[in-house]
Amino acid sequence: MSDIPLTRKPAPILDIDHVSKVFSLNGRPIHALKDVDLRIQKGEFICLIGASGCGKSTLLRIMGGFEQVSSGAARMYYAPITEPGPERGMVFQDYGLFPWLTVRQNIAFGPRQRRLPEARLREIGDHFLNMVGLGKFAEHFPNQLSGGMKQRVSIARALANDCEVLLMDEPFGALDALTREVLQQELLDIWARTKLTVVFVTHAVEEAVLLADRVIVMTAGPGRVETDFRVPLERPRCITAPEFNHVRRQLTEMLTSHVAHASVNRS
Amino acid sequence: MTTSTLDLPTRPGVVPRAADAAAPGQHARIEGPEAPAGGHTGQTRSAATAGRDEPAARLPPEPGRGKVWLVRWVLPVLLPLALLLAWDLAVRMTGTMLVPSPKEVGLMLRDFAFGGVYDDAFSATLGIHWLKSMARVYGAFALAALAGIPLGLLIGKSALIRRFIDPTLQMLRPVPVTAWLPLSMIFFGVGPNAAIFLVFLGAFFPIVINTTFGVKSVETRLFEAAAMLGCTGPSMFRQVVLPAAMPSIFNGLRLGHGIAWFLIVVGEMTGVPEGLGAAIMDGRMLSRTDVVIAGMVVIGFTGFITDRLLVLLNNRLLKWSPQHHV
Repeated sequence: MSDIPLTRKPAPILDIDHVSKVFSLNGRPIHALKDVDLRIQKGEFICLIGASGCGKSTLLRIMGGFEQVSSGAARMYYAPITEPGPERGMVFQDYGLFPWLTVRQNIAFGPRQRRLPEARLREIGDHFLNMVGLGKFAEHFPNQLSGGMKQRVSIARALANDCEVLLMDEPFGALDALTREVLQQELLDIWARTKLTVVFVTHAVEEAVLLADRVIVMTAGPGRVETDFRVPLERPRCITAPEFNHVRRQLTEMLTSHVAHASVNRS
Repeated sequence: MTTSTLDLPTRPGVVPRAADAAAPGQHARIEGPEAPAGGHTGQTRSAATAGRDEPAARLPPEPGRGKVWLVRWVLPVLLPLALLLAWDLAVRMTGTMLVPSPKEVGLMLRDFAFGGVYDDAFSATLGIHWLKSMARVYGAFALAALAGIPLGLLIGKSALIRRFIDPTLQMLRPVPVTAWLPLSMIFFGVGPNAAIFLVFLGAFFPIVINTTFGVKSVETRLFEAAAMLGCTGPSMFRQVVLPAAMPSIFNGLRLGHGIAWFLIVVGEMTGVPEGLGAAIMDGRMLSRTDVVIAGMVVIGFTGFITDRLLVLLNNRLLKWSPQHHV
């Protein structure tokens, strides 16, 4: 990413152009996002981080097409985002798998919407089952899987639909530490192989530093982008290295200073 | 975490002790949370592992096949048998002439089904009564399902239709369906059609209301996931709404099915020549209590067996949802 000259940037895959989002709660306006401006290049791994209520999930849902902007514009390759679409795959924290479909059928759900022939659906199913290491569980129902396995299915389902952008809403937040570590590595492997663009919401600093090219630090009340922070670490990254620790501390300070700042403002 | 000894060789009727389960050379299987629930390899434990972790590998005592069989098949029969015995004793001890003994009812059932005992108007007529009632119950039940499920889907999905229909539905629902009998006889005349209408009405409400509930409680997340994967419009209905609401729809069908058998007797009691309800009513007028009880027994058994069939279908269609396995 760093070898791209600043003067001749290619068209961003996602263009968040001065976006504001106002919700109405009991007739009173709630400013979830205020004047958020953000450009994401193809192939980037972006983490959105911030305290709860900073609008990071709202921003992700706008990119997904699940929420409409109140002002400004969200675009993918210059085309306004108005509704969910297969080119933007979403991975939810609570998986969102169809419990009545087997793992294979869940993965093939997107391609099936495109009316691909049965044999092709099988091929796609096999390919992505193997990619996430769930070949043996093809005919299982989601209820028979652990949380980590469900999230793998959810990722495979988005990938099987040929998405260009993977939108992930705290995907590993509900998993135990060990499973999370494994899935983070698998996600990085998949990202490296497929050159997908990933937008990843998290509230864990370590996760952001491990995964992201750029970390977008957001603050609450109203939600806005505070810092656009490029992680200055080579890949593969080692969470026990002193440099890693240094960057993590840097990012933690950015986050906590904003939290302190916000609470002073409120009182 | 589930432990299972499904493949544990057991002598028939013998409950294995805990030690048996851990004995080397026998098939034992322990499943972890990451293991497939159905994937069955039946690996034989090697002597080395058996020697090393003998105490840890000891499985908790599992009920043996004999015990499982007892609980499954014998236990449910005990209460009916006890009731039968109590009934028989009560008739003997009081010496009543108004209530027949179980043996007399059994004899009546034989005559009702095949004839050759009393050779009266009831002899060998069970088949026709049963067929007529079955046809009415399942005809009306099918109509109720055909009308109730689509309507429930619409009410559940569209707030506009819900606003339009739901208040009326909730107002009609508390009216006991039996109160409709006089009106239904005016609408449909004295005869089987009034009974069919009653059954339809009785089964319709639980089906509509449960289907509506099922659709309303589909997680928004599933709609979002489907939309993100390119599923839209009518396709969403078939691929997401219907399967997600299926557990509730089945609850409605089972409830409606029970009510259907309840109402057919009421419907057939007036002005219907054939049917189990008509037979019971004739028995009452002729003071043939054995006919009344024989009719009740037939309805009980038929309802029980058809409900089992519904449960089988339910378990087959909803095998993805362990909490809806009945």
